[in-house]
Amino acid sequence: MRPRVALSGAALRLGAVLLALLFTTGVLLVADAPPLEAYRQIVVGSLGSVKKITDVLVAWVPLVLATSGLLVTFAAGLWNIGIEGQITLGAIFATGALRLTLESGLPPALAIGIAVLAGILGGAIWALLAGLLKAYGGVNEIFGGLGLNFVAVALNVWLIFGPWGRPGVASMSGTEPFPDFYALPALAGLRLSPWALLVAVGGFALVFFLLQGTYFGLRLKAVGKNPRAAFVLGIPTIRYTLLAFVLCGGLGGAAGAVQVTAVYHRLIPAISSGYGYLGLMVAMLVNYQPLWMPLVAFFFVALNIGSIQLPIVLKLDSSLAGVLQGALVLFVLAVEGVRQRMRRSAAKMAE
Amino acid sequence: MSNEALLIGLAGILATAAPIVFATLGETLTERSGVINLSVNGTILLSAMASFAVAVATGSLLFGFLTGMLVGAAVALVVAGFSISLRQSQVAVGFVLTLMCRDLAYFLGNPFMGLSGPRLPALAVPFLEDIPVLGPLFFRQDLLTYLSFVLIFATWAWIFRTRPGLSLVSVGERPAAAYVRGLRVNRMRYLYTIVGGALIGLAGPAFSLSVKAGWKGTISGLDGYGWIALAITIFGGWNPIRAAFGAYLFVFLQWLGLVLQPSLPGVPSQVLQVAPFPLMILALLLVNIGNTDWVERTLAALPDSTRLLISRVLRSLRASPPAALGTPFEQE
Repeated sequence: MRPRVALSGAALRLGAVLLALLFTTGVLLVADAPPLEAYRQIVVGSLGSVKKITDVLVAWVPLVLATSGLLVTFAAGLWNIGIEGQITLGAIFATGALRLTLESGLPPALAIGIAVLAGILGGAIWALLAGLLKAYGGVNEIFGGLGLNFVAVALNVWLIFGPWGRPGVASMSGTEPFPDFYALPALAGLRLSPWALLVAVGGFALVFFLLQGTYFGLRLKAVGKNPRAAFVLGIPTIRYTLLAFVLCGGLGGAAGAVQVTAVYHRLIPAISSGYGYLGLMVAMLVNYQPLWMPLVAFFFVALNIGSIQLPIVLKLDSSLAGVLQGALVLFVLAVEGVRQRMRRSAAKMAE
Repeated sequence: MSNEALLIGLAGILATAAPIVFATLGETLTERSGVINLSVNGTILLSAMASFAVAVATGSLLFGFLTGMLVGAAVALVVAGFSISLRQSQVAVGFVLTLMCRDLAYFLGNPFMGLSGPRLPALAVPFLEDIPVLGPLFFRQDLLTYLSFVLIFATWAWIFRTRPGLSLVSVGERPAAAYVRGLRVNRMRYLYTIVGGALIGLAGPAFSLSVKAGWKGTISGLDGYGWIALAITIFGGWNPIRAAFGAYLFVFLQWLGLVLQPSLPGVPSQVLQVAPFPLMILALLLVNIGNTDWVERTLAALPDSTRLLISRVLRSLRASPPAALGTPFEQE
């Protein structure tokens, strides 16, 4: 048993990746599609040119922001499924702020700054709601968060079709686009805004520092590992729980604000684009540790962007990206489970 | 609204709720044994797609329904394997599966989009259908809806009125004690997770071969029902009858939204469709708030008469999950 138990984690992870690829290849074969061509399209569609790579980075920004937030709630032992709603509320608040400043004649740079801050506030409020439901209402954060997600979507759709609708032609295509100078400036000829990139890097750096280098992070992890023991040791657990929610919601809200100010320049029904749920998967894949998260997040959005080619070229559904992402997380969990099991039985034999 | 229209509306609610009832009963059985199957939303989508595809390919409704149950059982087996044998987080595995099964459904279901397929016909029960009010309400439904009625009471009776049901409850509440008494805890958990999964899987074809017949990919309108079923399981306090009541209440509220639509022209239909969700949160709040410390502390400070009244109301609403829900059990 011994040498097998000593197998390094990296080799096992590689095995998990291969298994996930094998599984996805099987799915492609079932769908009667050419697997190698499908993978080639995904690679070309995401990394084939500078423009494609910057498109991947455009999607990387909200994913990194959302996942950074989730690392905080995971550290506190919380499953913040409500992240989708928090992103949406961030987008709604940012749009609201832009609409207000549009009439006041503030300089655009200031208006955009206010919009991003408003987005952070919106996400934080929505997360605080889930936190209060959990801390004082006994409502599990998974179900409180899910309910709030649906409410956020409804609120968003109502705004797009109702009060904020395009005059006469309110539709699923979203609100009236903001004038160009009300957008975070993008690189010439590309969709990528360096400012948005800066927000993402800043958000990640904040969380990395908070979790790895501060007393606050240490206490947060104590609350996550064993809330009762943390409470007995004098950590105000409820306050830490709520703080974790607010931090995560704020980062999710920033992601929503970036979606409005840098990507879509308006509010659309699916403004969160599923980055919250994707973030939960990324966080699981990196075992809730920040170090490798930006890289894994890049890989995940590259799959998403690359698979846009599939319906165009091969008449396949782009949801293949989700199948591969899910299989990856599943097999990493499986390999981890098998390793722990072998370790347990080895320990038993040694007794 | 005329009485006739009201009756048809209510009969429609009973039929529309059938898939949610199946999923909720399946999840209730699963969670009673101590396992959370969070994959419901994805499972329903995948089984809806697979059963529709099989029904189209074979022309057999029966094969369609069996496929749905098989898919549900297979996904549940993965949940059970990961959580019981590999001891990974049940929530994590269930969540990944819920997303992956959804994407699998959309990917593999692509060629079947918009095809016309078989649909379960209504089957009136002779004689009973002629009873005034009750006849049109309960006895002019399709087979699946009858099955949902039967299963509500069958599951309830199984859990609360039989010996194996008693064992099931003990495995979910005190697995160590159950094990000492000779029950094979993990084997039972596997069994109930798979049986519950098959029931959850039945919700898929109940949609795609009956209530919302067909497969239309992302616009099938099935995404979200699984999460509702999970919430209703809690609202139902892990009791099949109370859970079924929750399912009917939910569908009733959605129907009410549609009926009220013409009188609320300013509100888009998407908003009324989700109206039950805030009420669901409120319901979960009422069900759970009696379990929190601060409510107990606050109540203790109130005068006796008020305190008794409030605590009686809270107690009647309150529900506690099976004590060992979500925790693995290690047999030594």
